[in-house]
This record gives sequence, structure tokens and C-alpha cells, in this order.
Amino acid sequence: MKTLEELQAIRDKMQTQVGLRQDGEAKTRVVVGMATCGIAAGARPVLNTFADLVQKKGLTNVLVTQTGCIGLCQYEPIVEITVPGQEKVTYVKMDADKASEVVEQHLKRGVIIGKYTINAEDVAK
Amino acid sequence: MEELSLNVLDVAQNGITAGATLMRISVDADSGEDTLVIEIKDNGCGMSPEQVSSVEDPFFTTRTTRPVGLGVPLFKMAAEQSGGRFEIVSEQGAGTVVRAEFGLSHIDRMPLGDINSTICTLVTFNPDVNFVYEYKADGEGFTLDTREFRAILQGIPLDSPEVLAYIREYLEENTKEVGLVI
Repeated sequence: MKTLEELQAIRDKMQTQVGLRQDGEAKTRVVVGMATCGIAAGARPVLNTFADLVQKKGLTNVLVTQTGCIGLCQYEPIVEITVPGQEKVTYVKMDADKASEVVEQHLKRGVIIGKYTINAEDVAK
Repeated sequence: MEELSLNVLDVAQNGITAGATLMRISVDADSGEDTLVIEIKDNGCGMSPEQVSSVEDPFFTTRTTRPVGLGVPLFKMAAEQSGGRFEIVSEQGAGTVVRAEFGLSHIDRMPLGDINSTICTLVTFNPDVNFVYEYKADGEGFTLDTREFRAILQGIPLDSPEVLAYIREYLEENTKEVGLVI
């Protein structure tokens, strides 16, 4: 049984660190579509993978967030990434593995994975 | 939808969009009665009687990006195909209760699935909303109340990584201790 005392211990440990946290002014945004279409297509593990990995890899300049239906239900799960000063990149038909690849390549190294973007999908048709 | 926990996530998002600040989610299985009851209750803006009567219609939606709203109809269908029932009670200005009852051992009942992920997703991405999650199976169970967590945390945000890791472990360990797998 997980107890609330453990949460108190976390609080005590963190209270000393709070002052050190700071928000950068310009953040990269990762937005995952979480409407019925997205959820049914598998957006929950995609969102959680982004959140977990961004945390684990210490990417403090990245904000992972969710949105409703983007309007392209057949391409869900959809992830939009906006790096300040750059054009928005839309990844489609995502899954947890692709999400971890995007974290590694796009978020860490700044390399867009063209084959997962909406444009590549259109060309393939 | 392949698991009921995804329906829960979807329906709970509706409540958050409706401005809820407190969301109660309960999962209650009873093998004696052979029922599984899932209830999602929010204190959002609620719906008018007209909206309530049309929300089960897949061609009704308040969104503008596409002309269909499938979340509630899919959840209703999942309940009814397992010999269960579905009901929405809503009051404008007070909130909405969505209640789905399933035949626990019915062959067409979808598995509950990864409900802990659903709760973690909701807590992580809605830091301004409080959640009370109750999980019960044959009388055994536990409750997660983010209001209680916030009181202990004294200003440390609920969505800080250490706290989220604790919440996930809290859910997983306590779910494991409940004997019946839903």
C-alpha cells in the first residue's frame, strides 16, 4: 500500500529545490490532439510518451500539452510541434515508438522526421 | 475504442472543457451482482435538457471542426452491448453525471484497460482541476483525491515530475492490491 507519508517526504525534499526552477521565456510546444478521434486512434500513449521522455531527458525548454480535435481525424494521433521562430511541424498517425523517435531527433537535435509529417503522407497517396 | 478507460478519458475531457474544477471518477465492480459501474461526475457548466437529449446522438456536437460527436454514443454503446445501461443527468450551472453500467462477465464487455494511465493523463494535463478517483472491486478498493495531495504538498505543483511519479506508483500499487482484475 502506497502511503501519504511518502508524499510528505517528496514535499520535504522538493521544498528546498523549488526556488531553483525557472521557466524559459521561449518554449518549444508539443501539442497532441486528444479528442475522441485522437484517443480512439491511440493518442494517450503518444501524449504520455512525450511527457515522460521530455521529463527524463531534462528538456526543460519543451512544453507538452493537449488540444481537442484538429479536424483531420483520419490522420490521428496528430502531434504538432512548434519551435519558436520556426514553422509548425505536423506529425500524423503517431504511436509511442514514433513519439520517442521525435523526441530524440526533433526535440533534442532539431532534425524534423519528414516521413512522419503530414506532407510526406500526402505525397505517398 | 478498445478499452473502457479510453472512454473514461474522453468523457472526462468533455467535463473539463465544460469548465469543471472538480471531477469525480469511480470504477466499481461487483462480481456477486455481475456489474461494473463507471461514473464520471463533474461540476462544469452542465447541459440544458435539450442538449442532454441530443448528446447521445452521434450527429450532435458543439464543436466546429467536424460535424459528429462520437464520444458519448460510443460509451453508451459499450455499456448496452454488455447488457448494461447508460444514463446522463445534467443540470445547467451545476454539472453533469455520466453513469454507465456494464455486465461484468458479459462476453461483449470491453476490458477496463489501463485506467491508471487515464487518471495520470487527466491529472498531468489538467493541473487546475481536482480529481477524486475511486476504484472498488467486491468491496475492496482505494481512493485518490488530489485535494488531499495538494494539502500535503503545500504549494509544490501536482504536475511536478516527482509528484507525478508518486501518483502513478500510488495508482499502480493500490490497484494491484485489489484482488479482482477488471
